[in-house]
Amino acid sequence: MNTVKKNILSAENLSIGYHQKKDQKVIANEMNLAIQEGSFTAVIGQNGIGKSTLLRTLSNVQKPLEGTVFINQKPSYAFSHQELAKTISLVLTERIPESQLTVFELVALGRQPYTNWIDRLSNDDLEKIQWAIEKTNLEALQDRLFYELSDGQLQRVLIARALAQDTQIIILDEPTAHLDMHQTITIFELLHQLTLTTQKTILISTHEINLATKMCDELILLSENKIYSGTTASLIAQNAFETLFTSEIVKFNRTLEQFVVTKN
Amino acid sequence: MEHKSYSKHFILLSVLLIVFFFLNISLGSVSIPFEEILQSLVGNMTSKESWQTIVLDFRLPKAITAILVGSGLSICGLLMQTLFRNPLAGPFVLGISSGASLGVAILILGSSLFGGYFLSNSISNWSLAIAASLGAFLVLSAVIIAANKVRNTMSILIIGLMFGSFTAAIISVLAYFSEAAQIQQYLFWSFGSLGNLSWSEISVFGSLYLIGILGIFSVIKPLNSFLLGENYAKSLGINIKKNRTIILGITSLLTGIITAFSGPIAFIGLAVPHIAKIVFATSNHKIILPASAIIGGIVLLICDSIAQLPTSEFTVPINAITSLFGAPIVIWLLIRKKKIVV
Repeated sequence: MNTVKKNILSAENLSIGYHQKKDQKVIANEMNLAIQEGSFTAVIGQNGIGKSTLLRTLSNVQKPLEGTVFINQKPSYAFSHQELAKTISLVLTERIPESQLTVFELVALGRQPYTNWIDRLSNDDLEKIQWAIEKTNLEALQDRLFYELSDGQLQRVLIARALAQDTQIIILDEPTAHLDMHQTITIFELLHQLTLTTQKTILISTHEINLATKMCDELILLSENKIYSGTTASLIAQNAFETLFTSEIVKFNRTLEQFVVTKN
Repeated sequence: MEHKSYSKHFILLSVLLIVFFFLNISLGSVSIPFEEILQSLVGNMTSKESWQTIVLDFRLPKAITAILVGSGLSICGLLMQTLFRNPLAGPFVLGISSGASLGVAILILGSSLFGGYFLSNSISNWSLAIAASLGAFLVLSAVIIAANKVRNTMSILIIGLMFGSFTAAIISVLAYFSEAAQIQQYLFWSFGSLGNLSWSEISVFGSLYLIGILGIFSVIKPLNSFLLGENYAKSLGINIKKNRTIILGITSLLTGIITAFSGPIAFIGLAVPHIAKIVFATSNHKIILPASAIIGGIVLLICDSIAQLPTSEFTVPINAITSLFGAPIVIWLLIRKKKIVV
């Protein structure tokens, strides 16, 4: 087996944040990251620590304040809109505006970077759409209107849309945000399976830390002062989880390898 | 991204369009036998020479204007509803009709204020059209300049509305200082009218209309991706600012030219896209754009046929008919379907 995997997404000396009028609001400084091809990576951290900003910067939606993001060893600023659309697909937290799109049509929109000027679907496009629908178990729902679906089903549709876009990297911002426990695990399981069967690189941000530590290959942990990255085991070894929450209510239990609520 | 076939719908609609086109031409204050109408349309002599003049120089241009205006406004309404992701948007949300009204108001009402430079009874269709276009263009430029300064598409909607009330205020001031005759003339313009266009005016109208329609082909793909919201559209490789400007430009061209030649015709642009969405049950712009265009043409032909009050000499303002008959129909459709979406 070939164990040497290349870095598909990396960042050097990266500073992320916002320009506010003339000031810069820096969220994190001097980050160095490397995400391997075919891995399932989760960004974890407190609310407001900058998980979304990091994902937005890595996916080139937002410019870094300093430093460079490399996609396939090529600086992200050198990508055209079209090229980027064929390399990274997104699943965002924002709600999709109401319309009469069917599940099939919504997934088919993922083919836009490949279709011609009038958006005609070729046989290849149709195959890719069908494949994405099968991978996400949506066959029975494909002619339904998307706003009739439950949150969990809709999330699968959005993942199918990203799959249809046929990119090496899929970035999902809090994909399990409004889901119940069962749906949450289903989505994690689906994403994990996709990295195994499709060799796609999947990067998510999540608050489901206990699931992420078990199911993700790598974690990127954002804390106030430092950024840790690596496998769950290596993060435990670095005492990284203890820096996540400063509160006494939730503590990391090293023997269970998960966070537990402390009762008084 | 189509999955179903809509050809049956389109064939039916095209047949309806042709039927109502001929019905519209057949009806009027002078009753002309249908065979005679066909004779004059194919260029043959009719038994009475006046019939040929009525059909070729009055009814035919009016029917063509109705189709151009109805389809154009419906397309613009759909574009605005998609761009602003708002089912209440219509072709006039950018303040274009207010701009055109301002131009016409200054021409008609201002003529008495500014020392009678224009004789109000000599105002021709052309000068009205030019004044309306200039007004529409002026307000539109202001909106587009403002639009390029804001990132949020919703702000453009509000900016358009603000320009609208600003111009309405100026018109009120102008009207306050004008004489009754001028106010009446302005009021008549604001009622809207599909008639009175000469063939040379129709050819200018038609050519500009065609330019707008051709432009739409370049934004069908971005329009579909806008259905997912701007951030998803961007992630699909769509250049948001460029396509937004093209869509705003097409809408302004079409609504500007329509308002210039036929006055501010209400309701069609807001309602027809919803009728099309209910009938076709899709949001795919490759289907819903042509559907809105054809339905818009049909609806305005019907409205115009009603407005002529067949066999009488009276004509009701087209603007009154579009809302009088259209609003209850849309309410009925919505109550039946219970859902309104972009």
